[in-house]
Amino acid sequence: MDNLIALLIAAPLLGAAVLLCGGRRLDKTGHWLGTLLAAVSFATAVALFADMLGKGADDRAMHQRLFSWIPVEGFQADIAFQLDQLSMTFVLLITGVGTLIHVYSIGYMEHDERRRRFFGYLNLFVAAMLLLVLADNYLLLYFGWEGVGLASYLLIGFWQHKPSAATAAKKAFLVNRVGDIGLSIAIMLMFTTFGTFAFGPVLASAENATEGKLTAIGLMLLLAACGKSAQVPLQSWLGDAMEGPTPVSALIHAATMVTAGVYLIVRSADIFNAAPDAQLVVTIVGAVTLLFGAIVGCAKDDIKKALAGSTMSQIGYMILAAGLGPVGYVFAIMHLVTHGFFKAGLFLGAGSVMHGMNDEVDMRKYGGLRKYMPVTFITFGLGYLAIIGFPGLSGFFSKDKIIEAAFAKGGTEGWILGAVTLLGAAVTAYYMTRVMLMTFFGEKRWQPDADGRPPHPHESPKSMLVPMILLAVGSVGGGAVFEFSGFTEWLEPVTGFDHGHAPISAAAVTAATVAVMVIGVGLAYLQYGRKPVPVVAPRGSLLTRAARRDLLQDDLNHAVFVTGGTHLTRSLVYVDHTLVDGVVNGTAASVGGLSGRLRKLQNGYVRSYAVSMLGGTAVLIAATLLMRAV
Amino acid sequence: MNPVNYLYLAALLFTIGAVGVLIRRNAIVVFMCVELMLNACNLAFVTFSRMHGNLDGQIIAFFTMVVAAAEVVVGLAIIVSVFRSRHSASVDDASLMKL
Repeated sequence: MDNLIALLIAAPLLGAAVLLCGGRRLDKTGHWLGTLLAAVSFATAVALFADMLGKGADDRAMHQRLFSWIPVEGFQADIAFQLDQLSMTFVLLITGVGTLIHVYSIGYMEHDERRRRFFGYLNLFVAAMLLLVLADNYLLLYFGWEGVGLASYLLIGFWQHKPSAATAAKKAFLVNRVGDIGLSIAIMLMFTTFGTFAFGPVLASAENATEGKLTAIGLMLLLAACGKSAQVPLQSWLGDAMEGPTPVSALIHAATMVTAGVYLIVRSADIFNAAPDAQLVVTIVGAVTLLFGAIVGCAKDDIKKALAGSTMSQIGYMILAAGLGPVGYVFAIMHLVTHGFFKAGLFLGAGSVMHGMNDEVDMRKYGGLRKYMPVTFITFGLGYLAIIGFPGLSGFFSKDKIIEAAFAKGGTEGWILGAVTLLGAAVTAYYMTRVMLMTFFGEKRWQPDADGRPPHPHESPKSMLVPMILLAVGSVGGGAVFEFSGFTEWLEPVTGFDHGHAPISAAAVTAATVAVMVIGVGLAYLQYGRKPVPVVAPRGSLLTRAARRDLLQDDLNHAVFVTGGTHLTRSLVYVDHTLVDGVVNGTAASVGGLSGRLRKLQNGYVRSYAVSMLGGTAVLIAATLLMRAV
Repeated sequence: MNPVNYLYLAALLFTIGAVGVLIRRNAIVVFMCVELMLNACNLAFVTFSRMHGNLDGQIIAFFTMVVAAAEVVVGLAIIVSVFRSRHSASVDDASLMKL
């Protein structure tokens, strides 16, 4: 069975190669090929999963070594895969949700003449993401990491004829690059510290390294995670990334790629366990992003950007949980999987709504759609109930566990983190209710589009509805399945698990979670359910206006990096012109002036040369005599 | 006669030659002054040879004569060809090599 691992990656990679090199003759069939190969990968994953379940908990990890990638003395990089319980969870999520979104894209991209290319990029993404989670060393992981970055860039900028999409793609690429530098530095640090970068040896010997080095590695890994997972301070790209087609937002920028940072941290658990300072920074980043994303999500009128803020916030939960150590790793992954279901479902729902509304994204121009799109309404509604943590649905189980784990950290930190996660839960309920009410309830606020066509909302084709229904089923049942099928025991051999000692009982936490959720929903209902929603956004408070501008993230980046960079460049140019050029030009001028003077000695008159010779001889003789006298 | 007197004579001849090289413009005269300096050197060599009682100085004098003869050939040829092209034997006129 071990040899099947490569097939997981090979199938979508083959799809990408065929679809991208195949040319126009595949335009008619390309999407079926892409979907089929993604499904092959999923079927392989299921077979491997079944095989893995049949083994004992401790020997479930599978390995496959393909060939030596960079064979240099003392530096061995292999193309080798490792499929353990953690990777398996990701593989099932990526291939499963990936296949559903391939199916959805068949309908969603039907009228796009570049659909074949779109499926090629999607397959490329799936292959790179699988490589990322299947690699058995950090260098190969880095390869996959860059691969998903490339696919993300290509897909955000898929409609590159729109300047906003082209800019958003570049922005995502550049911001991700900052994080990627962190990962490459972390790998270099690992190599100098441990002499290798394979998971096994590095993680096994992590405890032997000094805490300072481990903290440095941990912080660099966190920087990488921040870039890929859109965490503060590298969060600014995710909102703009919504310029990509909606299936891309669902697959890459909600369910899978943006969670790669969480995978990285959980995979490097042994490093973080031995570096408490790095862990603390991880939890702080998670807590800050959790609130940041939630606040942004409250103010956005663009349905996809509101969901993007929500994604940022939910990944903040996962990062926070991953920063808690063995208490939280399992729940970070659990929330990651449930989030993968309900957020992909929500995005697909949003795509379905846009499909029926002439690609309008402004929720203020929706309203009353539940009668026109019943299936979308129900699937979106189930995803909504899942994300706000409605008791019994998947978000309830996973988020509740994270809040519990945050309290279990203990001490003042525990109380602060617990309070932040509870506050985040309330804000989540608020902004998701807002999205729900503005889109599906209230009066019709439809506006004709730019070409003057009034929208005719209609239910989307079956190829779009089936993935939405399946994801909705996952959103409803996923949490309960994890909760009662022993997900903790499943992941424990890889990540470790510790119950921790919560200062308050689990029941109290659950009650508090449900209570804040009800408060959030109630506030949103008072604001958006009972009063009609104005089509033109009101001016709003200072905080609202800031949140509409993504809490001034771009302004901050502009002030610090663009303006700062411009000033730095200008001062460097000034130094270059005055100091460097001054020295160079000054040297040249003084040499030139001196030679101008010396040139006068060469007057061409033989007799003056004879005088110089005579004078020189006289000096030589005088010097010789003087030396002899001394 | 005291051989030192020959040295005085050599010094006098050399000085005359050197001054001639420095102040005369006619190339032929300058050339003759160079010869005068060379011969002053020869005289000094021979005198020293006599004073110290070995033959080294005299041998050097012969070398000097050979070199001087060769130099006369080359030098006169240059002077003649300069005179032919520029119709002047003044060393100050032959100053084209300066920058």
